[in-house]
Amino acid sequence: MQTLLFLILFPIIAACLLLFVKRTALRYVVVVISALAIGGATIYLLLRHISAGAVYFAVPSGTVDPLMVVIEMGLALFIIYMGVKFKNYLAIALAAVQAALVVYLETTYSGSLHVVNNLFVDQFSIIMALIIGIIGSLIAVYSVSYMETYHHHHPEVRDRQRTFFFVIFIFLAAMFGLVFSNNLMWVFFFWEITTITSFLLIGYAETEEATKNAFLALVMNLLGGIAFVAALIILAATEPLSGGIDLAGVLSSGDAAVILLPAALIGFAGITKAALMPFSSWLLGAMVAPTPVSALLHSSTMVKAGVYILVRFAPVFAGTLTGFSIGLVGGLTFVLASAIAISQSNAKRVLAYSTIANLGLIAACAGVGTYMLVWAAILLIIFHAIAKALLFLGTGMIEHRIGSRDIEDMEGLIVRMPRMAVMMFIGMAGMFLAPFGMLISKWAAIEAFVQAPFGLIFIAILAYGSAVTVFFWAKWMGKLVAVTREQERVEKGILEEPWAPLYILTGLVVAATLLFPLISSVLIEPYVLAIYGATARMAQANVAIMLLMMALLLLLPISFLLFKRSAKHLPAYMGGRPATEDRRFAGSLGLTREAQTRNYYLNDYFGEAKLFRPGLAVCTALIIISWILAGVAL
Amino acid sequence: MTWAWLIGAVLFLILAPLAGGLIAGIDRKITARMQGRVGPPLLQPFYDVGKLFEKERVVVTTAQNFYVLAYLVFIALAGALFFAGGDLLLTIFAFTLAHVFLVLGAYAAHSPYSHIGAERELIQVMAYEPMVILAAVGLYMVANSFYVADIAAVAVPAILYLPGVFLGLAVILTIKLRKSPFDISTSHHAHQEIVKGITTEFSGPTLGTIEIAHWYENIFLLGLVYLFFAWNPVVGVIAVVLTYLVEIFVDNTTARVRWQAALKTGWFAALIGIVNLAILSYMMIGGV
Repeated sequence: MQTLLFLILFPIIAACLLLFVKRTALRYVVVVISALAIGGATIYLLLRHISAGAVYFAVPSGTVDPLMVVIEMGLALFIIYMGVKFKNYLAIALAAVQAALVVYLETTYSGSLHVVNNLFVDQFSIIMALIIGIIGSLIAVYSVSYMETYHHHHPEVRDRQRTFFFVIFIFLAAMFGLVFSNNLMWVFFFWEITTITSFLLIGYAETEEATKNAFLALVMNLLGGIAFVAALIILAATEPLSGGIDLAGVLSSGDAAVILLPAALIGFAGITKAALMPFSSWLLGAMVAPTPVSALLHSSTMVKAGVYILVRFAPVFAGTLTGFSIGLVGGLTFVLASAIAISQSNAKRVLAYSTIANLGLIAACAGVGTYMLVWAAILLIIFHAIAKALLFLGTGMIEHRIGSRDIEDMEGLIVRMPRMAVMMFIGMAGMFLAPFGMLISKWAAIEAFVQAPFGLIFIAILAYGSAVTVFFWAKWMGKLVAVTREQERVEKGILEEPWAPLYILTGLVVAATLLFPLISSVLIEPYVLAIYGATARMAQANVAIMLLMMALLLLLPISFLLFKRSAKHLPAYMGGRPATEDRRFAGSLGLTREAQTRNYYLNDYFGEAKLFRPGLAVCTALIIISWILAGVAL
Repeated sequence: MTWAWLIGAVLFLILAPLAGGLIAGIDRKITARMQGRVGPPLLQPFYDVGKLFEKERVVVTTAQNFYVLAYLVFIALAGALFFAGGDLLLTIFAFTLAHVFLVLGAYAAHSPYSHIGAERELIQVMAYEPMVILAAVGLYMVANSFYVADIAAVAVPAILYLPGVFLGLAVILTIKLRKSPFDISTSHHAHQEIVKGITTEFSGPTLGTIEIAHWYENIFLLGLVYLFFAWNPVVGVIAVVLTYLVEIFVDNTTARVRWQAALKTGWFAALIGIVNLAILSYMMIGGV
């Protein structure tokens, strides 16, 4: 239990400390030490509880509960203050409604709001903790020098780095709290903290756009928050049947009909937080924030809280039409967001759409909720967190070096920033190629959906979705590996971000794939087995083949030694015109012209304008259907 | 488990290039007859590739050799996995990996023509991938296993359950065999080619490597066709031959279409497959 409390409380202490640290060098020291402590503690937690299964802790909550309510009210006042300041009345209204509901819950059902075991840890929590503790900390370390450079590039932005790092560490604390709480009131409390922290981080630049997008994220997440409180009220009102606000009690409740509606509402909260359609726009808007914020929101925090809660409630969704509709929201989000990613040339937008797509896939698995799908969903969470953190941090560094985040401007990165290009390459391979992690998960999802009732529609979604995924990643990879001539290397800079977090993340992408059978058997399978009484795993023969493929991939670069000596170099073919190595050719009228290449974006077919709105409409309808179905069941 | 799987893999690795080259020779002969020519000798593809390996190594960039080598290695690995009776989905994903390497090789050369070829190759991948996955799922629904060994051992004719899936597969087979009208990234025919598409910057031994990889893949594709008729080997072989003859016929009677048409056709083929699977699962378990 001490480890859990440490993981929740220590980041808060670090956050408060960082509020007083002014010098970058000192901040770096504090952040690195905190990161080591947090990462170390999560690994300790893993070793300590690796074979223990779910362990519950009776934490006395006499003073904590009222304190949480006070903080919640304080946050509501803060939102109202910000809403007045920036004239966003919708945010004010939603915050007021939510606060009123919390007060109603506290006063009307005060007798039902006590849980003996407030904290718990099981294998799924450990996985989440590792993601938050290791990847989140790495991003924090990277942020220190990134923010220095950021302010160097953006002198117009007010330097509020102390607040920035305060919020980052509060964010991590809230995420730990969220995955360790067995009391749903506590889950909700931490849930709201993550909403506020992301609001603050997205609005960091204080430009009009940043403020607008911060409020967009706030409003959408408040909607989810309101649904969450509504679920709590229903649960508290039906306590003897539903298990009340005890997460374990709710999940093991025998009365499936009673808990379905609250589960659907909490699922809706998960959908808003995970930025599935129709709420994807907040995550896209969140990219106005400095890149480490995006990395944090997309990989280890925020959206992962959304899918965490969906996967937790997967056993409730399993076999219900409500769960099926939630799964469809995820499935449609997956295929549409992947398709829209084709039409984007802004690297961060491609990454954002890819995140939305993968969260959709996780939600699809959780909504349908068979044991094999939960297994696949947890795999997706792990692999996505690692690869996406790497890609975002890499994109941030590239942007600082080449001054653009446009994929077209990353042409020839293998020449200009070879180390970075190789790491980006591995990160992208991790997102869509065999034998890397995300592909293992997708493969597992296909096998699982084949056996799920009405799984065919998801198979179709996965078949089309995987195809478009290959397209948008491979063409970006192609830009990176193009060998351009006479370009200088720009990897070194005066203000340089630390490479260590990137190296570690790259290593993790490969290591997670190599160690995946171990991760599965030690952490995922026991969790799935404990809940469903059955579990999925990958066949031994296939594991061997995946390892063989990985070994080949690691060995193949050696072949460069073979080619070095032998080849004669010629310029690329330019329609038979005399050409030089840097793609200049003799044009007409004696002019020398330069050939340029641009990727396909297929805007007429996959453009945002074409696909986004239909997605919003259908997914909104599906969410409403999920409520109606759950209401009917009640 | 016996060592049979290893025999399958080794036989594939040794015999597939020979069989693939031979089929390419027969293909060229039949094509020539269809066009009213005599055609080259049966073994011409081998002479061609042999000659390519005697040519000087000329590259735009050294890296392209690496990607092409990786292409060959993973094509061979994926095919060997298939003929070892391994997991069909993993085989398909390994083929995708291989094709991405070929595409990256074309991108690496940083040449306008190979760049367009690479983009078009990716469009082709996007066009055929859904149908290939659905074919695997369809075979799973009949055999209740993704393992090729189990699918091949099924006692019922899979084709009777999966006519739509087979039809869809036959359509995208045209794309995968690089045959007209869907040979948009690179073609066997000189008359409809933008220079040489994705292979523009590859020459000599590198181009020979690509050709051998293509032979390997063709044998895998014919193996995939065979699975639909595996309950009776004689019928299976006849079906494979007929399918290939139809592909040659289509190749010689159509002109290359634009990429939009290729993409739409590939995705429509997958739709046929989905309808087939929906009906099948409705009949088998009473639910989609």
